[in-house]
Amino acid sequence: MTIADDAARAGLHRVGGRPPLGAYLAEVWQRREFIYSLARYRLEAENGRNRLGMGWVVLKPLLNAGMYGLVFGVLLQTRRGIEDFVPFLVIGVLMFEYFSTCFTTGAKSITSNSALVQSLSFPRMSLPLALVGQRLMQLIPMLAIMALVAIVYGSYPTLQWLLMIPLIALFTVFNTGLTLITARLTVHFRDLTQLLPFVSRFFFYTSGVFFSVAQRFGEDSIVRKIADVQPIHEFLTLGRAILLKGPEYLIPGEYWVYIALWSFGMLAVGILFFWAAEERYGRTD
Amino acid sequence: MDAPTDGRKPVVIVDDVHVEYKVLATGKKATGADAGKRLLQRTRKTRTVRALKGISFTAYENDSIGVIGTNGSGKSTLMRAIVGLTPTAKGSIYAAARPSMLGVGAALIKDLSGERNVILGSLALGLSLEEVERRYDEIVDFSGIRNFIELPMRTYSSGMTARLKFAIATARTHEILIVDEALAVGDRNFRDRSEARIREIRDDAGTVFLVSHSMRSILDTCTRAIWIDQGTLMMDGPAEDVVKAYEESQTGGSSTKTTTPAKKKAPPAAKTAPPEEPATPPAEHATPPSEASPTAASDPAAQPPKRAAPKHRG
Repeated sequence: MTIADDAARAGLHRVGGRPPLGAYLAEVWQRREFIYSLARYRLEAENGRNRLGMGWVVLKPLLNAGMYGLVFGVLLQTRRGIEDFVPFLVIGVLMFEYFSTCFTTGAKSITSNSALVQSLSFPRMSLPLALVGQRLMQLIPMLAIMALVAIVYGSYPTLQWLLMIPLIALFTVFNTGLTLITARLTVHFRDLTQLLPFVSRFFFYTSGVFFSVAQRFGEDSIVRKIADVQPIHEFLTLGRAILLKGPEYLIPGEYWVYIALWSFGMLAVGILFFWAAEERYGRTD
Repeated sequence: MDAPTDGRKPVVIVDDVHVEYKVLATGKKATGADAGKRLLQRTRKTRTVRALKGISFTAYENDSIGVIGTNGSGKSTLMRAIVGLTPTAKGSIYAAARPSMLGVGAALIKDLSGERNVILGSLALGLSLEEVERRYDEIVDFSGIRNFIELPMRTYSSGMTARLKFAIATARTHEILIVDEALAVGDRNFRDRSEARIREIRDDAGTVFLVSHSMRSILDTCTRAIWIDQGTLMMDGPAEDVVKAYEESQTGGSSTKTTTPAKKKAPPAAKTAPPEEPATPPAEHATPPSEASPTAASDPAAQPPKRAAPKHRG
C-alpha cells in the first residue's frame, strides 16, 4: 500500500495536478458573479483617478479615431475611393480597439494579479474572463457612437442592425480565446508584454482599419484573398456592412461562416491551453 | 509512514518532499536558456540550493499545526509547496482541497477600495452574492477597519492590509488555511481575535498551518507543531514539546554556533537570524547565497537525530 493509494482513498488530490476540464469549467461558471463584479469594479477603478472619470472610456477611442482620420485619411489620402470615410473609420477604429485592448491587457491578466492568485484559491480562468468582460462593457458605449455616426452620415436603423448582436458575440468569443492564450504565454515569457503591442499594431495596419482592402488592392488581388480569411478584417468588414448603406457594404455571407469557425476554434484552443497550466499560475520559479 | 488509521481524516499528506532552487552565481534565477549558455561561457555557474530535503508528515482534520524554525529554514518554502506555488523536485504532496495562503505583503487588488476587495475576495472564494451581502458586516467588523473601508487598498498600512486579508480569507470555512507570518504585523488585539478565529476553523473540521516566530501564538493556537531546520524536519509532535525543544536549541546555541557566545539568550519571540541564505529565494534576489547545502549537511546540528514520527493521536 503506497502513500498515493492512501491519499486517493482519503479523497486527496496531488498538489500540482489539475482538475478535470469539466469540473474546472463548472467551477469557473460558479464564479460568474466574481467575474462580473471584477470586470465592473476594474472598469470604474481604471478611470477613477482621472478628472473626467468614465468619460475617458468614450473620449479616448474617439480621439484615436480623430487622429487616425487626420493622419491617414487627410494627410495620406487613404480615404480615396471610400464614400463616407468618417463612419468607415470610426467603425473600424472602435471595433479594432476591442480586439487590441483584450489582446494586450488580457495578456497581463494573470501576471498583474499575482497577489490575488497567490493568496486565494479560485479557478484562475476567472481573471482573463473578467478582463474580456471589462472590455466588452467598454464596447457598449462605443456601439452607440458607431450607430450615431452611421445615422449622421445617412444610414438609418433597420432590422439588419440587430445582426450586430451575433457579430459582437462572436467577436467576444474570439477575443476570449485569444486572451486565454496570451494570458498563459505571458506567464511563461514575461517579455511577451513588450512584443504584443507590435503584433497588435501589425494587425491594425493590415486589417483595413483606415483603408479598404478591396479598393486599394483590387477585388482579385492576393492581399484581398488573405484578408478574406483574416478574422480581424472579417469582423470589421461585417460591422461596416451591417451599419452602413451603399453597394460596397453588402454583407459577405461566407464571412459569417469564417468568423464562427475562427471564434469557436480560438475559444476551444484557448480554454484547453489555459487549463493545461492551471497549477502553474502564481508560481514564482 | 503513518497510514490514516486512527479514524481522523487526513487532509494534507506531505511525502518525502524535496525542493531545490537553481540560482546563478550572480544571484539571478537560472533558466533553461542559461543551461545552454553555460557551454559557451564557463564563468556562469549555477548552483543548487536545497531548500527542503525530504520532509514527510500528515496533517489531519481538526489539526492546527505550528511551523517553527529559524529564518531561512524552509518553513515558507514548505507552505508554498503545499499550496502548489513551488514545484517539488522530488516527492509529492496530496491535499483535500486547494489551500488559501495568507502571507505578509501585497494587497489583493490595490486600486480598489477595501469594500470592493471584501466583495471580490469573498466571491473568488466561492461565496454567492447573497452570502457576501449577509456576511459583509461581519467581515468588516472582524477586520476592524470600518473607518477606512471606502479607501483604496493601496493606501492601507501593512497591518491594515493583513487584517483585511485575514478577515476575507477566513470568511469562508476553509478546509485548509495557511497563515504565513501574516499575523505578525497586526496589533495585539487583532492577533488575539485572529487566533480565536483560527481555533474556530480548526474546531470546524478545518486544518490550519501557522508559521510564526511567536511561540506564544503557536502555543495558544496550535495543538501540534513541526520544527524545520535547514530543510529537514527536526521534530513533529505536540506543540508544547516541540516549542520547548526548539527554544532549548535556540538558547543552547548548538545550531546557532556562528553567533557570538556573548549574545544574550534569545527571548522566545525574538527573530534570531542565522547567517545562512534564506531558503526561500526572495523575488528580487540580489545577493548570492553565501554558503550552500554541502556544509550545512555536515553541520552536526542539522542532522536530525531521527525524524520524529508524528506521535499525535486524536
